[in-house]
Amino acid sequence: MKGILRVAYKLIVNDRAKFGALLVGITFAVFLMTMMTSMFGGILGKASSTVTNVGARVWVMDPGVNSVASSIPMPDYVLDAVRSINGVRYAVPLYSGAALVKLRNGTYQAVTVIGLDDATLLGRPNLVEGKIEDLYGENAFAVVRDSEYSKLDSPKIGTEFELNDHRAVITGIGEVAVSGLFGIPTLYTTYNRAIQYIPSMRFTVSFVLVEPKSEASIPAIKGVVKAMGYEALTAREFKEKIANFYKYQTGVGTNVLLMTVISFVVGLSISAQTFYTFILENLEKLGALKAIGARGSVLVSMILFQATFTSLTAYGLGIGLASLTIAAVKLRLPSYAATVTLSNLVTAFVMVVIIAAVSSFVGIRKVIRIEPFEIFRG
Amino acid sequence: MTSLAIQATGLNRWFGEGDARTQAVKDVSFEAFFGEMLYVEGPSGSGKTTLLSMISGILRPSSGTVAIEGQDIWNLTADELADFRLHKIGFVFQDFHLFPRLSTLENAAMSLVMRRMDWGKAMDEAMRYLEVVGLKDRASLPPVKLSGGEQQRVAIARAIAGQPDLLVFDEPTASLDGDTGRRIVEFVKKKILTDEKCIILVTHDNRIFEYADRIMKMEDGQVKAFQKGSRP
Repeated sequence: MKGILRVAYKLIVNDRAKFGALLVGITFAVFLMTMMTSMFGGILGKASSTVTNVGARVWVMDPGVNSVASSIPMPDYVLDAVRSINGVRYAVPLYSGAALVKLRNGTYQAVTVIGLDDATLLGRPNLVEGKIEDLYGENAFAVVRDSEYSKLDSPKIGTEFELNDHRAVITGIGEVAVSGLFGIPTLYTTYNRAIQYIPSMRFTVSFVLVEPKSEASIPAIKGVVKAMGYEALTAREFKEKIANFYKYQTGVGTNVLLMTVISFVVGLSISAQTFYTFILENLEKLGALKAIGARGSVLVSMILFQATFTSLTAYGLGIGLASLTIAAVKLRLPSYAATVTLSNLVTAFVMVVIIAAVSSFVGIRKVIRIEPFEIFRG
Repeated sequence: MTSLAIQATGLNRWFGEGDARTQAVKDVSFEAFFGEMLYVEGPSGSGKTTLLSMISGILRPSSGTVAIEGQDIWNLTADELADFRLHKIGFVFQDFHLFPRLSTLENAAMSLVMRRMDWGKAMDEAMRYLEVVGLKDRASLPPVKLSGGEQQRVAIARAIAGQPDLLVFDEPTASLDGDTGRRIVEFVKKKILTDEKCIILVTHDNRIFEYADRIMKMEDGQVKAFQKGSRP
């Protein structure tokens, strides 16, 4: 470390009260910002869980669909029409709906039922117990062992229960990449059994899952589907659509944005105010350095270093604290929807950089303006 | 006295504008020499500090020139002037202006650190000067733990550590009691002043006049007289 930056470091770190206040303020702001954006990221990830878990590359749906949970059934001919599009390697139907399970103790538990194409079982979960072909057995269902699994009394292979007044038997226990948002267990079965067990409208196809022949054929598929009055989205586009729905149409995004901005403003206020006080307290000494022969650029580099060092230290602490909190909560609540993603880290980092820039700007303006002559005049 | 250290010619300095415009220094010319301890003395508001600031490259004169070792300092750019001050001039301020969050040693090493000297080397060098001012055993303490006189000596160590040719003292005894003030100035005269250094000392403390080689009396921004000081 260059000598003058070492001096800057000692000046800020040795002022324990100010340094502590700066660290606490910025750390708290980073913690809140990261928690808010991580929770939102977690919610969005869980909201797109079916898209992630099923893993199809292209999804065909009614244009009014905003999420997997609110699917709008399409007529069967849409499936046939999609299969006939040039560029489609294969296309299968997917059913997504809700049902009620009556447990042995007489209580009811809502579940999500995913109906997989009978011929291919495309989108099936990774089974950890049982065989996938057993899903073709009478009344067969596979249950996902996730954080909601216990809500079905942790069923085993062969466990029976009522699902919408039909007998259901667990023939497989699977795992998926992401559990759902709404805190209800997920069951997989065949498409035909799903539409048989769950009351539905005349149309039953929730989504058509498409495997294109190549990446290049996707635009053409989209065009044909659009001409039919439906919408074809890649998995990434569908996740974006779901995310946009939660961001802009549910109020969740607005609230998270608001809280993030408030956290930022709190952090900025504490940091700028404390740093300004710190500069004011050292102003005469910095003026004396200027008189002794410190160039303006040297003083600016000292202040920038102090602001950057403090902000980055607090950034690390804030991120660490948020990660620890999320990890600790997940130990108790496995379904806790919060994920620290790269974009969360970048968002918090950008805000911390702004905090550092504004705080140092306040100090730099003051130091640049100080006249060494004023130091002599006392 | 040997060679010419400072040559100030026709220095004027105005402050303010319009009706509030006042002249703090009026057509001041003087010379100072290496090996000399020159006092600038006068009542409050006589222009001593303004003059000191102009000859040390801190305050640009409204007119006139200042040459230090033949270099017209007011022809330098702001950065060049800062470098000139750093390498050629040592400052001792009335209120010391030591950093309370740094150790005594680190404060003494400040001008060396600013010259980009290696940290360890700067500390070693500064320790030598703390030894000169008799504060080696206080090196690790923060300045706030030192007495006023000791703090002044740290400020002196900081000023002399860079071995500047010109030392500028602004009211060095103003914040000290009489005995301490006298001891400090006597120390400066005996231990710091050499034939290679010129010391300009602004004061109105007549208890230390005996250490001056010459005393430049100022009044109303003008030099009224030069008096010969007396060596102790």
